[in-house]
Amino acid sequence: MSFFRRYAQNIGALIGLAILAVVVFVALAAPILYPGSPWQGVAEPLLPPFEDPAYPLGTDLLGRDIAAGIAYGARVSLLIGIISTAVAVVIGVAIGALAGFYGGRVDDMLMRFTEFFQTIPAFAMAVVLVAIFSPNITSITLAIAVVSWPPVARLVRGEFLSLRSREFVQAAVVVGQTGPRIMATQILPNAISPIIVTASLMVATAILTESSLSFLGLGDRNMMSWGFMIGAARTMLREAWWLSVFPGLAILITVLAINLIGEGLNDAMNPHLRGRKG
Amino acid sequence: MKKSSRLIAGLVGLAGLTFAAAAGAQEKPTSGGTLNMIAQPEPPTLMVGLNTQGPTLYVGGQIYQGLLSYGKDLSLQPSLAKAWEVSEDGLTYTFTLQEGVKWHDGKPFTVDDVIFTADKFLREAHPRWRYIVNTYVESITSPSPDKVVFKLKRPFSAFLYAFELSSFPVVPKHIYDGTDYRTNPANNTPIGTGPFKLKEWKRGSYIHLVKNEDYWKPGLPRIDELYFRIIPDAASRAVAFEKGTVDVLRGGDVEGFEVRRLSKLDGVQTTTDGWEMYSPLAFIEWNLRRPPFNNKLARKAIMHAIDRDFIVRNIWFGLGKTAVSPFASTTRFFTDDVVKYPFDMAKAKELLAQSGIKPQEHTIRVMPIPYGAQWDRTAEYVKQQLEQLGFKAELVSIDAGGWSKAVSDWDFDLTFNYTYQYGDPALGVARHYLSSNIIKGTPFANNEGYENPVVDELFLKAASAVDEAEAKAAYAEAQKIITDDMPLGLLFEQRNVTIWRDKVKELVRTGIGVNESMDETWIAQ
Repeated sequence: MSFFRRYAQNIGALIGLAILAVVVFVALAAPILYPGSPWQGVAEPLLPPFEDPAYPLGTDLLGRDIAAGIAYGARVSLLIGIISTAVAVVIGVAIGALAGFYGGRVDDMLMRFTEFFQTIPAFAMAVVLVAIFSPNITSITLAIAVVSWPPVARLVRGEFLSLRSREFVQAAVVVGQTGPRIMATQILPNAISPIIVTASLMVATAILTESSLSFLGLGDRNMMSWGFMIGAARTMLREAWWLSVFPGLAILITVLAINLIGEGLNDAMNPHLRGRKG
Repeated sequence: MKKSSRLIAGLVGLAGLTFAAAAGAQEKPTSGGTLNMIAQPEPPTLMVGLNTQGPTLYVGGQIYQGLLSYGKDLSLQPSLAKAWEVSEDGLTYTFTLQEGVKWHDGKPFTVDDVIFTADKFLREAHPRWRYIVNTYVESITSPSPDKVVFKLKRPFSAFLYAFELSSFPVVPKHIYDGTDYRTNPANNTPIGTGPFKLKEWKRGSYIHLVKNEDYWKPGLPRIDELYFRIIPDAASRAVAFEKGTVDVLRGGDVEGFEVRRLSKLDGVQTTTDGWEMYSPLAFIEWNLRRPPFNNKLARKAIMHAIDRDFIVRNIWFGLGKTAVSPFASTTRFFTDDVVKYPFDMAKAKELLAQSGIKPQEHTIRVMPIPYGAQWDRTAEYVKQQLEQLGFKAELVSIDAGGWSKAVSDWDFDLTFNYTYQYGDPALGVARHYLSSNIIKGTPFANNEGYENPVVDELFLKAASAVDEAEAKAAYAEAQKIITDDMPLGLLFEQRNVTIWRDKVKELVRTGIGVNESMDETWIAQ
């Protein structure tokens, strides 16, 4: 059975993919759907949702369109989610691969280093990092990457540890391939499935972390973000529920979709689960 | 209009009676009970002489007292001084002290305490008093055990307004003389003359004050205990009031939209009175050293591009009044005859074109004052309007310490600030416009860098005027020039609402509102 057939057997994964496709489309089309800045007041302040067809999700305190805010917020969330995960995966794979392949003292040193990061609560550390390097999109992305690579490193180390004693690796050693080449061309391709599954779930965590930072006022003040929208409106929950409910739903749905996709990828790629019905 | 010596001792009882009649109507005050309030944020200290932030004054105002107080019309009222007298030449001020006043530790309050406070303690610890005493006061003496005399070097028309709680809290000499004021352990166990004494301060939870049985006003205070609860979350503070855990909300305790909701509850009273002495006035602080703000026409253009009525109505939920002049309309010397800036985008664009500024060449860093969500929204609105004019603008996130440092060091493009007026322009307003006050180290000076010798001259003339009409004329002209120059982008006068359960009577009695000693306040049983 091909990978795609196996993936498609999981209904939840398909739904997740469909939702994510919509979110990506909205993010890409935001400047076309809403040509102005999402920070610009465009209508009466505090317009409730579903009243004016031009502003289906209502407006906030300054008359800013909530729907535009959500569209532009999708860009920020996806951008930060994907880039920070990419950075974290690169760091994690590099450290995990070296530790797992060479073992011994290299392994000890790198793993103690990794544990150092694992002992600090991830979110607290992200808050500190962002607070030190004034909040902007670069510092937020890097802070999320810095706190999320250790699990990848542990995972990759484990895979490398078990794969390096297999026959095909020993064969590569015998024919005289160098260490880095063996890691890149022999072991890594065989360890890629769990890395992809983990990375997909990390994107969801990164989106949540960014929202939490923005909620606490540590977001990039020049970029509309879902977390910021909730943080700014949370005290008005009783007076104007739509200010925080819609961005909250956006976060919920996006994170759920990515988790479903991660689950689907896991089912499709994990040989032990083949044949399991989704 | 040279006045001969004026003796206003007769007001002593009268003022109290008037307010009692207005607020309590036919009801007869009862004694006893506990009043629950909120200290937000938790004050760093209760020693009013060392810290004059809002919550410190609110709690500390029950422990310490000023020499004078001020009515809602800013008329002078007795506090620790029962009478005052000004000589004809405006150079000699004589205060007669109350009799039988005792400190909380039982020691008698004497004229030495007042002299120590004025000459040593506040001169060292209090920036506003230091400026007044060093600039104007020649000597502080005591001709008899119940009188203290301030001799001035030159007349200062605002002098009598410098004696309320936040400007001149009287401190005990026997505790502070010869010590390092800031590290004196007594700062944690404040000793004052006020109607309540500190019983317990449980950090992060509450401050508990109890009745001072030896209070100098016979039969007062009426309430037995005061609790100032510490509730860091704004929504929880509103809930605490709804549930009856607290009886009083001071201006700023809850957010604007909650004020509207809570005001409509049954058995709840509100007032915007009690802020006349402070009358906070909010403004945009732009750095006149940097383009485009060094261009007067560009500043005028931006003023026309900002709909200040929108800010008051939508961001501040109507709790304010669009500013007309640098003087609050509730204070003396205010005039309406100034240059005005109605919201008019077309005019703004026209003025900007005339100014020669090309907006797209300027990136303005908009730095909100980190005092809560409403200020953030105000900054976002101003940024949006700057972008409408064609400027590039970016918001800068900053915390309270960073804001204070950036403004103190003149390291900003555009930020927001507000000023307390302290009853007289010479005390609260002039500091933001006098070129002699272009100093680093405090965010409440002339940080924008405004230099206009004519304005300097007018402020000086008004402050030294012995004749009130002369001061008025000089101030009127100063307001006209300032509103034409717009060295600060005047936004609005803040209106703070005090909300309380109607069982609490005579809560807001003077121009310093809930900071006033709550000796006559009572709770219906």
